[in-house]
Amino acid sequence: MSAVIDHGHAGHDHHGPAKGLMRWVLTTNHKDIGTMYLWFSFAMFLLGGSMAMVIRAELFQPGLQIVQPEFFNQMTTMHGLIMVFGAVMPAFVGLANWMIPLMIGAPDMALPRMNNFSFWLLPAAFTLLVSTLFMEGGGPNFGWTFYAPLSTTYAPESVTFFIFAIHLMGISSIMGAINVIATILNLRAPGMTLMKMPLFAWTWLITAFLLIAVMPVLAGCVTMMLMDVHFGTSFFNAAGGGDPVLFQHVFWFFGHPEVYIMILPAFGAISSIIPAFSRKPLFGYTSMVYATASIAFLSFIVWAHHMFTVGIPITGELFFMYATMLIAVPTGVKVFNWVTTMWRGSLTFEAPMLFAVAFVILFTIGGFSGLMLAIAPADFQYHDTYFVVAHFHYVLVPGAIFGIFASAYYWLPKWTGHMYDETLARLHFWMSFIGMNLAFFPMHFLGLAGMPRRIPDYNLQFADFNMVSSIGAFTFGVTQLLFLFIVIKCIRGGKPAPAKPWDGADGLEWTVPSPAPYHTFSTPPEVK
Amino acid sequence: MGILLWLAFTTPTRAEWTVNMAPGATDVSHAVFDLHMTIFWICAVIGVLVFGVMFWSMLVHRRSTGQEAAHFHESTTVEILWTAVPFIILVLMAIPATKTLIDIYDPSESELDVQITGYQWKWHYKYLGQDVEFFSNLATPREQIDNRAPKGEHYLLEVDEPLVVPVGTKVRFLITAADVIHSWWVPSLAVKKDAIPGFVNEAWTRIDKPGIYRGQCTELCGKDHGFMPVVVEAKSKEDFTAWLAERKQAAAAERELTSKEWSMEELMARGEKAYNTTCAACHQPDGTGLPPMFPALKGSPIATGPVQGHIDIVVNGKPGTAMAAFGKQLSEVDLAAIITYERNAFGNKVGDMVTPKDILAFKQAQE
Ligand code: HEM
Ligand SMILES: [Cu+2]
Repeated sequence: MSAVIDHGHAGHDHHGPAKGLMRWVLTTNHKDIGTMYLWFSFAMFLLGGSMAMVIRAELFQPGLQIVQPEFFNQMTTMHGLIMVFGAVMPAFVGLANWMIPLMIGAPDMALPRMNNFSFWLLPAAFTLLVSTLFMEGGGPNFGWTFYAPLSTTYAPESVTFFIFAIHLMGISSIMGAINVIATILNLRAPGMTLMKMPLFAWTWLITAFLLIAVMPVLAGCVTMMLMDVHFGTSFFNAAGGGDPVLFQHVFWFFGHPEVYIMILPAFGAISSIIPAFSRKPLFGYTSMVYATASIAFLSFIVWAHHMFTVGIPITGELFFMYATMLIAVPTGVKVFNWVTTMWRGSLTFEAPMLFAVAFVILFTIGGFSGLMLAIAPADFQYHDTYFVVAHFHYVLVPGAIFGIFASAYYWLPKWTGHMYDETLARLHFWMSFIGMNLAFFPMHFLGLAGMPRRIPDYNLQFADFNMVSSIGAFTFGVTQLLFLFIVIKCIRGGKPAPAKPWDGADGLEWTVPSPAPYHTFSTPPEVK
Repeated sequence: MGILLWLAFTTPTRAEWTVNMAPGATDVSHAVFDLHMTIFWICAVIGVLVFGVMFWSMLVHRRSTGQEAAHFHESTTVEILWTAVPFIILVLMAIPATKTLIDIYDPSESELDVQITGYQWKWHYKYLGQDVEFFSNLATPREQIDNRAPKGEHYLLEVDEPLVVPVGTKVRFLITAADVIHSWWVPSLAVKKDAIPGFVNEAWTRIDKPGIYRGQCTELCGKDHGFMPVVVEAKSKEDFTAWLAERKQAAAAERELTSKEWSMEELMARGEKAYNTTCAACHQPDGTGLPPMFPALKGSPIATGPVQGHIDIVVNGKPGTAMAAFGKQLSEVDLAAIITYERNAFGNKVGDMVTPKDILAFKQAQE
């Protein structure tokens, strides 16, 4: 097999990247585009993160100190939007671009020009979105869930730009998803059957279907808003015969699958990393695939668990409660499989494994709070309090974000050809781990004690935990600059990485040299 | 982690470091609390088991201890087992949850009906069939929010007029909103229901003990979302009846004021007060507003222009903007006072005066 690959490279080595800036503007190379997605995502992570710092600084003490409520609301809204659409989603698309062709033995993504376009839409979309902060009346201030009529009749004028930005992001995501599906279904190397694919390819395939199913719904949702704002329709306006609750149904029909869009690719990456550092094959591959598919299916029929308090009839309430509780079953199966993979392995704890293990533990804690939230009568007490904030940060920060960090450390040697600095990377892990738990664990307590979310100021009884939480958030925030340093250091030099730097790792990506040449698998490898 | 959690939930806590939900003051809130604790403990036990296995593995199955990796990688029996067992646990959890939910969803046989309307950024309470209604505004002084005065115990959780209800009585709430979506929440009653324009949601409570129960709006509703608390005062049945009678009298007295002859000074004094509770959140106490969302009144063409236009916008609002139709919210007296105040304060020196009778005439002409 390796002879074939080597031959492939030799024939194509002269095909290097173009020089200068135009290389990046015009590139159709999956590695270049993957790199751009990852850098873009990291930039958005820092931008959204600095907004979180503003939020936590204001909440450090009771009373209004740093910002006024109008601006505070813009910060919470932009933080959410930027993290969801700018940091987490593009990071996964970046990983997909880099790794899926390498994992399935394809020479590139199936639709390289579209790939270029779907990336370059993103800087445009986010420039537009962020520019609203400087407009008269300010940027979006209605929360990342932008419930009507606060986001229509009562919105700042910049809402039109917000809608346009969401459209661009949606188009970009849909094109990215089409590309992933086309690549996986058409470009697998001979012998790479679907059930032999690494789980990352599987979870991304399923994610891509989710994206194609729900991004148009989001687009429909913002289009209805646009009509209400500018063309006198009343989709969401009760006074005109419309229905504000319709907005929430449409939004969450997109929104719940969306939260799985943000976690499934991480599930896939973790399913490669844990076996690699346990030196033992993944336990229950088949059940992992089925569990992912069931989660994806269930994610379409649970949306109203975000709306337990809007007053849906009791039958609806019960249906959505039961369906939501059911999601815990396949989610549990995944966790049990990871734990069993580790069981009687030969474990080492390099940075990717540290992040992966923390992922399993902390994501599970987020799953527990999710299960609590699924119980409708109890959700009446939790809903729209800091308990929900704690829940989704536990699934998104140590879930999605740690999954991304674990992937980055795992594949950095392949991307750069150098080993990253292990000591610094472990420091990055421990600081992130401590900071993140300090920031988000107390939020459970705050929510249970009765603190609503999205408020700029609070009663004195919430003061202590808020201060702890802010300190944790600052720790987590500063630590991410260390990550930037580690990555730059790794790009510029370091111990040369062998083709397969992790002795327990498995997969086609480790059969090509490090750094991966500009063109790989021009001749498909053969998979036995 | 499990032990930490256990410690956190069982050690006696000081008020500031509250880590758990409070059992509350009604049967429903107790049922919800029990449900919460049940699921919590189920999760905690599962967590201890799963994390226990993981930590064992992380400590024992390390390469540094010379561990050789095993090679097993699938077992259908195990997979079926850990699909079925959680499923059964979930069914067991769903049973009490369903019971409690059915109970919460039964507002029938109420003895008192209160309509609750959310406004940006205050609550309006109306005792149906009793002719008593009022707004409930945040009572915390601005100085405390801006850190110019020490904060009181009930900082941000205090209002000028709480909702008063009798104990031992099934009170039904009919919840709606006038502008954007709000949500009415009192943790001790375990009542949280969204207030949605164009919809009327039902909820109910029966409070056992007299006392004051505090909560907040829990749906982002704009700028002052964090500043519209809910306060419920439960009184004994006798005290409640007395209170209601008193309120009815006060309402009658208020209506008489409409026909009274008002002087400029009286109107200005009353107007300043009413302006500050009702209008200042958006148009600001000094009338400079927060343009462009909330325009300035100082020197504005409407506040310094023809009086009819001014009355019109205050009474009917401006559709498509945050300017509400205050004609339905405020008494004629307050409308007159506010309009007079706006025309003659912040350096606006129109000099004319609007009386409650003018407002009445305007409203009648509209009908
Ligand atoms: C066992 C699995 C899970 C269950 C049962 C669950 C359940 C819930 C429920 C019931 C809510 C609504 C809470 C409320 O607003 O009152 C919620 C909120 C949320 N969940 Fe989950 N969840 C699970 C996993 C996840 C995952 C994997 C993610 C994302 C990676 C996620 C992200 C979110 C987000 C972002 C929100 C809040 C959205 C908002 O209101 O801003 N959840 N979850
Ligand atoms: Cu959801």
